[in-house]
Amino acid sequence: MKTDKKLEEIRAIIAHHKRWDLIFLVTGILALMIAVLTFVALFSHMLVDGAPRLTWSFFTSFPSRHAESAGILSAWVGTTLVMIVTALSAVPLGIGAGVYLEEYAPKNLFTEIIEINVTNLAGVPSIIYGLLALGLFVHQLSLGHSILAAGLALALLILPIVILATREAIRSIPISIREGSYALGATKWQTVSDHILPYSAPGILTGVIIGLARAIGETAPIITIGALTFIAFLPPSPVQEEFPYLSFEWLMAPFTVMPIQMFNWVSRPEEEFQFNAAAAGLVLVVMTLAMNGLAIYLRYRMRKKIKW
Amino acid sequence: MAVRSHSNSKKAGKLGYSFRRHLHERFIEMLLFVSALVSVVIMIAIVAMLVKESYVFFQHVSILDFLTDKQWTPLFDDAHYGILPLVSGTLVSSLIALVVALPLGTIIAIYLSEFAPFTVREIAKPFLELLGGIPTIVYGYFALLFVTPLLQIIFPELPGFNLLSAGLVMGIMIIPYVSSMTEDAMRAVPMNIREGSYAMGATRFQTAIRVVMPAAFSGIAAAYILGISRAVGETMVVAIAAGMQPNLTWNPMEPAATITAYIVQVSLGDLPHGSIGYQTIFAAGLTLLLITLAFNIIGHILRKRYREIY
Repeated sequence: MKTDKKLEEIRAIIAHHKRWDLIFLVTGILALMIAVLTFVALFSHMLVDGAPRLTWSFFTSFPSRHAESAGILSAWVGTTLVMIVTALSAVPLGIGAGVYLEEYAPKNLFTEIIEINVTNLAGVPSIIYGLLALGLFVHQLSLGHSILAAGLALALLILPIVILATREAIRSIPISIREGSYALGATKWQTVSDHILPYSAPGILTGVIIGLARAIGETAPIITIGALTFIAFLPPSPVQEEFPYLSFEWLMAPFTVMPIQMFNWVSRPEEEFQFNAAAAGLVLVVMTLAMNGLAIYLRYRMRKKIKW
Repeated sequence: MAVRSHSNSKKAGKLGYSFRRHLHERFIEMLLFVSALVSVVIMIAIVAMLVKESYVFFQHVSILDFLTDKQWTPLFDDAHYGILPLVSGTLVSSLIALVVALPLGTIIAIYLSEFAPFTVREIAKPFLELLGGIPTIVYGYFALLFVTPLLQIIFPELPGFNLLSAGLVMGIMIIPYVSSMTEDAMRAVPMNIREGSYAMGATRFQTAIRVVMPAAFSGIAAAYILGISRAVGETMVVAIAAGMQPNLTWNPMEPAATITAYIVQVSLGDLPHGSIGYQTIFAAGLTLLLITLAFNIIGHILRKRYREIY
């Protein structure tokens, strides 16, 4: 009799815990659903408001006081040019730093300081980078509210992302690859440039794309350097008809970018401008989703293909 | 390797190990070292720039006033320089965001790491990552034009700008960061520890809460700290949805400016370089950096103290 009662008790305990297990399973799915539903709400709300504005002329018109005829021409051109500056400065620096830390750096205090520092930089709020750019690039180096200043500010911001991605990609290459290269008489740099970098390229590329996607949507640092102005013209073209054919005047030109244009429209009280903001937001989201999607796809393929 | 060949120069010369080659190697190493050094230079530059401008600011305003004055009106004739209203706005909005993000992020992480079938995880992880990649300005738009009107149905007297909707949206925005780092930490716990727990008859939920989470504590703490510094440093959502009026309040239903929103507000106008208004944004920035730095240090200590090594 007594054992039966004990058995009953044990069964009750097991049932109790199993019930909790089930409750949590449902909670987990619900939590995931909240994230999914928020995204659906965000996207559909923007689509309803913004989709009618997404005509060809929206991409080929300048911003205007009349909401119906305003467009994002100067914004997307500005974003493209700023991204070129950002990529050209952050990518070589980030890869160089990553290679140094993984392949060259001696194990000492200074290396540790650099490593801790990179992690800390990744946690610095983006607006602080804006303040640095405002003081250093805009005023001390007299670059003004230019494409160059904005591109460099965003480059500082994504540098930690590129460094960390490079390090991770290099770390996954087995030591035997390096030993094989050294055994054939290659120097360190030959090993790095002929083996380490090519093999880690997809991983590095993934990090670069994620970093650039982040930079495209970043608004705060660009506002901080004082670039919120009404821009209804394009920067001078980088290509010229006469010698020397290339011009770098555009680097110093005033500009606007997609998120700034969107912010400008969001902060207006008239409803028509909110529709423009929705349309610009839609373009922005599609751009970042496409870039992040590409990065995820690259990583997925890499994981499948590479077998050391 | 290049160094050793140098002493054996005659033979080495034939093989192509030359002094020039050695020099070339050293040059590249220097170049790579310099690019690694840039990150340190950036950090020093950030601190130097903020301290330099703030130093000039604190020549005008005493630190005591800065920390205790209850008004922040640097651009008015009757100027007050009390950072408290901005700090309260930052804390309230961050707190709301964390109340949303930490529990939801943790639940999602536990579900994905311990419960979800393989296919669900393979779809949900990249999806959350995509969610984390959406520009913050878009979330700001969403908070102002979707969440606030929605909340106004429940609370009819809610003003158009308020900390509540900004905080809620910020929380949703941070979920992917928290969940993906927490999940990584939990997945790093070796399988045999789980198997031990299952062998004792524990359910998945018991294993997750009593075995896996304590073992992954240092990683989870890092995820939480990252979430906190994200919330404190977030700019566009609060600048758009919470308004830019400094307001010493702990009530989430009111509009209020955060530190970041104030910096945005000043940058929108064209303040002359070197004016006191210009310096205030650096003082505000320094405060923000110190707050995030404090959290990072706490995170570092937690990680060191509770790190489990397998």
